[in-house]
Amino acid sequence: MDFDPVFLSRLQFAWVIGWHILLPAITVGLAAFIAMLEGLNFFTGRDIYLRISAFWIKIFSIAFGMGVVTGVVMPFQFGTNWSRFSDATANVLSPLFAYEGLTAFFLEAAFLGVLLFGRQLVPRWAHFVAALMVALGTLLSSFWILSANSWMQTPAGYEIIDGRFFPTDWFKVVFNPSFPYRLAHTVVAFFVTTGFVVMGVGAYLIRRGGSVAEGWTMLSMTLWLLTILVPLQIFIGDQHGLNTLEHQPAKLAAIEARWETARRVPLTLFAIPDDNGERNRFAIDLPWLGSLILTHQLDGEIKGLKDFPADQRPPVAIPFFAFRVMVGCGTLMLGIVLFGGWLRWRERLDTSRAFLTITQIAAPIGFVAVIAGWMTTEVGRQPWTVFGLLRTTESVSPSLTSSDVVISLVGYIAVYLIIYPAGLFLMLRIVHKGPAIATEADAEIEGGRPEAPVRAGAVELREGEVR
Amino acid sequence: MTQVLDFVPIWTLILGMAVFFYVLLDGFDLGVGMLYGFAPDTPSRNTIMNSIAPIWDGNETWLVLGGLGLLAAFPLAFAIIIPAVYFPILIMLLALVFRGVAFEFRFRDLEHKTFWDHGFCYGSAIATFAQGVVLGAFIQGFEVAGRQFSGGSFDFLTPFSLLTGFALLFGYGLLGAGWLILKTNGAVQEAARRHGRVCLVGILIGIGVVSIWTPFMSDAIASRWFAWPNILYLAPVPVATAAVAFSTWRALDSASEIKPFVGAIGLFMLSYVGIAISLFPMIVPYHFTLWESASSERTQAFLLVGTLVLLPVILMYTGWSYWVFRGKVRADVGYH
Repeated sequence: MDFDPVFLSRLQFAWVIGWHILLPAITVGLAAFIAMLEGLNFFTGRDIYLRISAFWIKIFSIAFGMGVVTGVVMPFQFGTNWSRFSDATANVLSPLFAYEGLTAFFLEAAFLGVLLFGRQLVPRWAHFVAALMVALGTLLSSFWILSANSWMQTPAGYEIIDGRFFPTDWFKVVFNPSFPYRLAHTVVAFFVTTGFVVMGVGAYLIRRGGSVAEGWTMLSMTLWLLTILVPLQIFIGDQHGLNTLEHQPAKLAAIEARWETARRVPLTLFAIPDDNGERNRFAIDLPWLGSLILTHQLDGEIKGLKDFPADQRPPVAIPFFAFRVMVGCGTLMLGIVLFGGWLRWRERLDTSRAFLTITQIAAPIGFVAVIAGWMTTEVGRQPWTVFGLLRTTESVSPSLTSSDVVISLVGYIAVYLIIYPAGLFLMLRIVHKGPAIATEADAEIEGGRPEAPVRAGAVELREGEVR
Repeated sequence: MTQVLDFVPIWTLILGMAVFFYVLLDGFDLGVGMLYGFAPDTPSRNTIMNSIAPIWDGNETWLVLGGLGLLAAFPLAFAIIIPAVYFPILIMLLALVFRGVAFEFRFRDLEHKTFWDHGFCYGSAIATFAQGVVLGAFIQGFEVAGRQFSGGSFDFLTPFSLLTGFALLFGYGLLGAGWLILKTNGAVQEAARRHGRVCLVGILIGIGVVSIWTPFMSDAIASRWFAWPNILYLAPVPVATAAVAFSTWRALDSASEIKPFVGAIGLFMLSYVGIAISLFPMIVPYHFTLWESASSERTQAFLLVGTLVLLPVILMYTGWSYWVFRGKVRADVGYH
């Protein structure tokens, strides 16, 4: 683990994508939630949906703005730091990236303006359509970028000529073996992440008082959604695991810290993997469960890391622990949803202070799971950028020196450490003010052009402005 | 190249258009950001920011499309050029992050409003400067070995690239002034006309120096422009530039609200055509042509099918969102 341009560039990519992915994790879900609220308001005419929608649109606008600017950074990383990867894979991957821009980014950008500032400027149905288009855009974006990401994990539909990949079958490229599972797993993860945030904020509003009705609507709606989505996610995750077993056995072995190929393998709950000694130094095992869970058969075979040459194994500790963090989060989520469902069934949901406290604390749990899952799959792909075919060390830009990348990495760290806390602080402040303020601000804006880019900011503006 | 259908000219045209759209749209956007720094009071700052708040993010999307379009259509150029301008790209991206979040943060974070005001205007200026430097580095060419950039990460830094950096500040400033004249009135519009005149002088000096300097950097460019009979065919470019510059100057002084913006667009178009004439058919000056850098035929075909359908649709709904926010912006609606 030298501080060479390769390692530093990986660190930089992990840094910029790690922070970036937190934003789609919330905006993909929020866009759909907002579209649903706008639809409910449009069809039922009940104002409470409008108040909740206006409240979340404010938070969405901050998260989305940050998502755009940190997202612009991403494609350029391929050029600045991973130019050999770009040269080798562009013929196959670049149309997927370009289609993301063409189908998703423009759709989001054009309709976002109308969604944020146009409520009084366009007919009600057009505003609802704008909300739908923004939500559609976020899903299309997930589709293409996860297709590209999946192709790096399970490449298909290509031929290699002179060390470069060329497409032979676009359908196989786009719908490569891990893509359907990864797409489902990731999008549901984003919805679940958003669900826990909305539920947690709802619980906060109820506990604090002030916007209790809105809080209950948020909590109740999302609890229903999560009751479906969390078990569904566990099922999809299991299917995704079977897919990894089939296509990326080395990754699976690292996730499970299995060194020897065997049948009837135990489930290792905890261990301290030792890459150099090729063993686990300390392990808590549950017999047979490993084979059962991973292969759905009691005597299913799991390949061990020793079956792969040492230079084709991923590092074990990060996928191993990250995976356990993700599964741990999933288990907690299931517990919370079941607890909520039980309370609702016993008609005690609205009297349980404990449930409100737990859901409020659990609000950020999805982000932890998303980052952990991301680390599992991306570190598990190492030492390759295109699994089994193109090494990470052969992907980096040859012109870069360590000091070049140190400078850029420090730049990204500094800037992200300013804007992320600032963004979080401002979102929390909106939560603190609650949805009541939002309607007041809504009423302020009448026809004509928007008076402030952020309608909801108008209240603050009036108080703090020197005219 | 022995292929039945040559997609390269089509992709050159599409990418050329996408980059030009980016330069125009984010150009006025970034220019407005810079002029924001000269606004005397908060109401005018609000007006200026409001004029681009609903559309900035769409404008910036053309940058992504330009980058990804280059990767998709001419991947070799992407793989060589982007690492060669590692630091200008880095600085541009970080500056764009700051100015982008400022739209939201400024209105919500009143305790640090001045900080985000500065982030917005310096972010816009630094991103512009960095783009100008990238342009200069592109024109002066790159060191290449095999299929990779083989120079150092600071090779881009030359007097020429700094010059193009400064020139673009004035260029985007002029576009921004044109936009503000169109979208505002009163004192803000008056100030924009004043700033527009300064920017026009600045960009004309920039265009002039670059036009004289470039032929000296490359014999190929010199003969492209000055060899007989090219000089005859190409003479209209500088002549038209002079004419557009003159009418833009007049427009800034007149009552017209649209002509300064149109004039600024005209200047950019002519400069763009000028650079294209100098470098064609090079996409990695002076190593690889468009054809040598092109992606595989299958890649270009696959992307072309969708692009030909999607691009007009994008232009349509982007146009619609501009239309929704048409007319003058004011800072004071809803205050009284």
